[in-house]
Amino acid sequence: DNPSRHYSSQNRLVTMIPGDGIGPEISVAVKQIFSAAGVPIDWEDVDVTPVKGPDGMFRLPPKIFESMERTKVGLKGPLATPIGKGHQSLNLALRKAFSLYANVRPCKSIEGYETPYKNVDIVTIRENTEGEYSGIEHVIVDGVVQSIKLITENASMRVAEYAFKYARDNQRNTVTAVHKANIMRMSDGLFLKCCRDVAAKNKDIKFSEMYLDTVCLNLVQDPGSFDVLVMPNLYGDILSDLCAGLIGGLGVTPSGNIGEEGALFESVHGTAPDIAGQNKANPTALLLSAVMMLRYMELTSFADRIETAAFSVIREGQHLTGDLGGQSTCSAFTDEICRKVQAS
Amino acid sequence: ETRTLAKYGGRNTVTLMTGDGVGPELLSHVQEIFRFAGAPIDFEVVEINASTNTPEDMENALLSVRRNGVALKGNIETKFDDPSFKSMNVALRTQLGLFASIVKCKSIPGVNTRHNDVDCILIRENTEGEYRQLEHESVSGVVESLKIITAKKSEKIARFAFDYAVEHNRKKVTAIHKANIMKLGDGLFLESCRKISKEYPDIEFNDLIIDNASMQMVSRPSQFDVLCMPNLYGNILSNIGAGLVGGSGVAAGSNIGDDFALFESGTRNSGRTLKGKNIANPTGYLLAGCDMLQYLGHNKHAEMIRDSVMTVLSNKEIRTPDLGGSATTLDVVKAIIDDVKPKTLAWKSISEHDAYYQ
Ligand SMILES: Nc1ncnc2c1ncn2[C@@H]1O[C@H](COP(=O)(O)OP(=O)(O)OP(=O)(O)O)[C@@H](O)[C@H]1O
Ligand SMILES: Nc1ncnc2c1ncn2[C@@H]1O[C@H](COP(=O)(O)OP(=O)(O)OP(=O)(O)O)[C@@H](O)[C@H]1O
Ligand SMILES: [Mg+2]
Ligand SMILES: [Mg+2]
Repeated sequence: DNPSRHYSSQNRLVTMIPGDGIGPEISVAVKQIFSAAGVPIDWEDVDVTPVKGPDGMFRLPPKIFESMERTKVGLKGPLATPIGKGHQSLNLALRKAFSLYANVRPCKSIEGYETPYKNVDIVTIRENTEGEYSGIEHVIVDGVVQSIKLITENASMRVAEYAFKYARDNQRNTVTAVHKANIMRMSDGLFLKCCRDVAAKNKDIKFSEMYLDTVCLNLVQDPGSFDVLVMPNLYGDILSDLCAGLIGGLGVTPSGNIGEEGALFESVHGTAPDIAGQNKANPTALLLSAVMMLRYMELTSFADRIETAAFSVIREGQHLTGDLGGQSTCSAFTDEICRKVQAS
Repeated sequence: ETRTLAKYGGRNTVTLMTGDGVGPELLSHVQEIFRFAGAPIDFEVVEINASTNTPEDMENALLSVRRNGVALKGNIETKFDDPSFKSMNVALRTQLGLFASIVKCKSIPGVNTRHNDVDCILIRENTEGEYRQLEHESVSGVVESLKIITAKKSEKIARFAFDYAVEHNRKKVTAIHKANIMKLGDGLFLESCRKISKEYPDIEFNDLIIDNASMQMVSRPSQFDVLCMPNLYGNILSNIGAGLVGGSGVAAGSNIGDDFALFESGTRNSGRTLKGKNIANPTGYLLAGCDMLQYLGHNKHAEMIRDSVMTVLSNKEIRTPDLGGSATTLDVVKAIIDDVKPKTLAWKSISEHDAYYQ
């Protein structure tokens, strides 16, 4: 049975942004593994290099928006930080265009890639549209700057509701709201109140609330005691990276941006220009992001097969890339996962 | 205006603010150990906690610190469900102008944690930033919270960090920020650190964004030396740092201003769930007490007590539950007193001996 012999008309279309640096290599790896598993999707590759408009300003090519408009689901590799100013950041543009309001990052200890922290299995859910990232800042007088953190009931309710839905869909027990309402009484107070209101309507999932600092303290002492965390933008930015640090860094951490109009899954590591084009990159983060995407698309059995294969290749330790302490190439690692997927 | 601390017969009077949770019990142990060690400190005890919440209570506490110059303090809980209740901890720090917070995170010999090579100093701007508590509801369901960064305070904390590095033979200062997002606010903080760094060519300077710093802190903490940051990032990193070296029970914190100094636990939490159970770890408050002695120039007593605290801490048999042991707070306190006693005897006989020959 040749899994690639699917009728493409039945396949769902997914937008692929391979990205820069190691992006193209790791996206090829993901595509290869997907076709080995016979995942019923077709990829639509889009290039997001900014183009210069008639007014001299750089803009993102319209193709990316058209494609995402059609597919509603995207997978994205790392993008180089644009040099010079004058065009919008892609992340910001996509987030706005598709109301990507929640950033989700599952961090689970990887067997075979040991860190000092054991049994980590945490999901951070970050409000992604407001808070400290509102971008509203003023110089009040010379040498005095005021930055505004914006917390709204709508955005807080939306992300809290998503956190409970995620917990239920993914067989999780507890949602913890992370806040600093002892200091930011009104803003974090509002966020917390929304979480409490949503918790009251979702009694099947346990709810707790914790100070940001206490979470930081306990995360490094007893990471196994945390489950799903939901929080405002900045805290989420910080804690999602902290949790990634617990399991070995961004090279193995998947990420998804959930929106009202669609979802975009991405690896959150950089472009790694030092190893780009050398077949040394580790595709795990992008692959696990693609696995999250499959679960989002309710292609669960494909997600499980691919994830199991990837984790077992890492556990066996025979084909690891340099960042995981091995000497294998990206393609050898990928081939091994393909073999396992086909055998399963 | 300069202040000289009142000292009578070589002794200092220090304000002791009891706080909530395990504050009162642990601070009473500090007093007891200081007594056995013959530390030249008289404590003026001020009962202050979440239920002594009137403006007069606050005035009394402030008056006492202004008179004595120095305080040792338990943490006061902030009831965040009562919007009229403002953090008293923050009020104390701002009203006393305690612009710098210092938390030292150093692996403790004998206390095994996930990383045993931590040795960093977290220096945090302590009075502005996200802690200005300027908030309003513009329309229903929309709240704005203002974060204030000033060049004046940023330069002041940066200078403090570099001076600290010079005085303590440190090599590097790292500024922590999120200037890629808060371009003006955190940008000003970073710019201020950069500017001050030029005056200290012998100290290496670099910067790191807070999300990356948090990840680095849990994965490779040994890379850090002195860190300098705005208020909230300090709250985050000092809790990560304290967690790495053994937790709330072992971390000490100092708050330093131009005129006053206040010493407290490094993670600034109250340990409410441990209250009255005789299981809280007294180490953090004792080390805060030692930092206070040192600040007052009583180095000999500071060293002696610190040495006994560390000796007991390295003994696996006498550990509180937070460090995986089954000893009580009193067991630890007693062991420290037993270790202190012979030293003070020897010390007394030496000083008597000295006096005899003078
Ligand atoms: N997927 C990956 N596989 C292997 N190594 C990686 C991967 N991602 C990052 N690295 C390594 O981690 C280091 C950090 O690189 P990364 O690209 O994440 O950050 P960066 O250098 O700041 O780049 P950018 O500016 O694009 O974010 C690099 O030295 C690279 O070798
Ligand atoms: N002196 C201490 N010895 C041992 N553990 C401590 C001590 N102080 C605090 N802890 C621990 O540190 C953690 C955080 O403390 P605390 O309970 O005060 O935090 P919190 O969640 O902010 O609670 P609260 O709402 O009571 O302030 C808890 O696990 C507590 O048991
Ligand atoms: Mg980040
Ligand atoms: Mg507390």
